[in-house]
Amino acid sequence: MDMNREQLMRRIQEVEFAVIDINLYLDTHPTHQQALMDYNKLTQELMNLKMMYERQYGPLTNFGYAPSQYPWQWIESPWPWEDEYTCKEDMPCGFMKRN
Amino acid sequence: MWIYEKKLEYPVKVSTCNPSLAAMIIEQFGGADGELAASLRYLTQRWAMPTNQAKAILTDIGTEELAHWEMIGTIVYQLTKDLPESKIVGTPFEAHYVNHGLDVYPHNAAGVPFTATYFNAKGDPIANLHENMAAEQKARATYEHLISISDDPGVIDALRFLRQREVVHFQRFGEALRIVQEYQDSKKFF
Ligand SMILES: [Fe+2]
Repeated sequence: MDMNREQLMRRIQEVEFAVIDINLYLDTHPTHQQALMDYNKLTQELMNLKMMYERQYGPLTNFGYAPSQYPWQWIESPWPWEDEYTCKEDMPCGFMKRN
Repeated sequence: MWIYEKKLEYPVKVSTCNPSLAAMIIEQFGGADGELAASLRYLTQRWAMPTNQAKAILTDIGTEELAHWEMIGTIVYQLTKDLPESKIVGTPFEAHYVNHGLDVYPHNAAGVPFTATYFNAKGDPIANLHENMAAEQKARATYEHLISISDDPGVIDALRFLRQREVVHFQRFGEALRIVQEYQDSKKFF
């Protein structure tokens, strides 16, 4: 399983989304055994994926949830709102549908 | 305590700059039925909620809404990132720009700044949960309006994800409401 940074992040987002959704379901169905089993299985998978990601690309969480290499990696780019996309001067902007 | 995760809940891929679209999508960043109002509404209502299921759902949906707020901020930021003034003047984003530049700020699409009067904590769990269900439907409707005026496929994809989450949240609040009602009936509340 060879994934680049973006593929690994995408996989984490997929599994974490499933975990979030089942978590909300369990909040109002705490005795649903199959959902609980799914939650535990996906949580294990998510923990493994995050460990794999953090070993290569630095911590996803701070405040004692993941160790850091030197120098302090938490501050490193990219932050979640940053992307390779940049608006180029010569590129026209998108318009609203009514235009 | 809250822990920040250095990732988006769902990827945001903006195709091109679009200050007009950014000026409309900011509705969900600082508007009445936006993600910030949603998050603060649910987190604020937690304290006197009577059942554990409802305390958990308010905590967890309130937290997920903050992740949605971050996604909306990311869309607005990316739609306007590095924009020269020449591409802002004459668009609906110009009014935002004169006050906030390219910072993202919580106001609605008409420029009205965010206020806590957008939500309530009524001292009544049944009233609170009904407000939350209505809020989820209003957020869903706003997303549908935004999707119908957008022509950026990456933005539409993220908005569809957010719209779908409102539908799920509505469902969960409905279940929490039923649980709280049963609890109150069992206590012969009145
Ligand atoms: Fe929601």
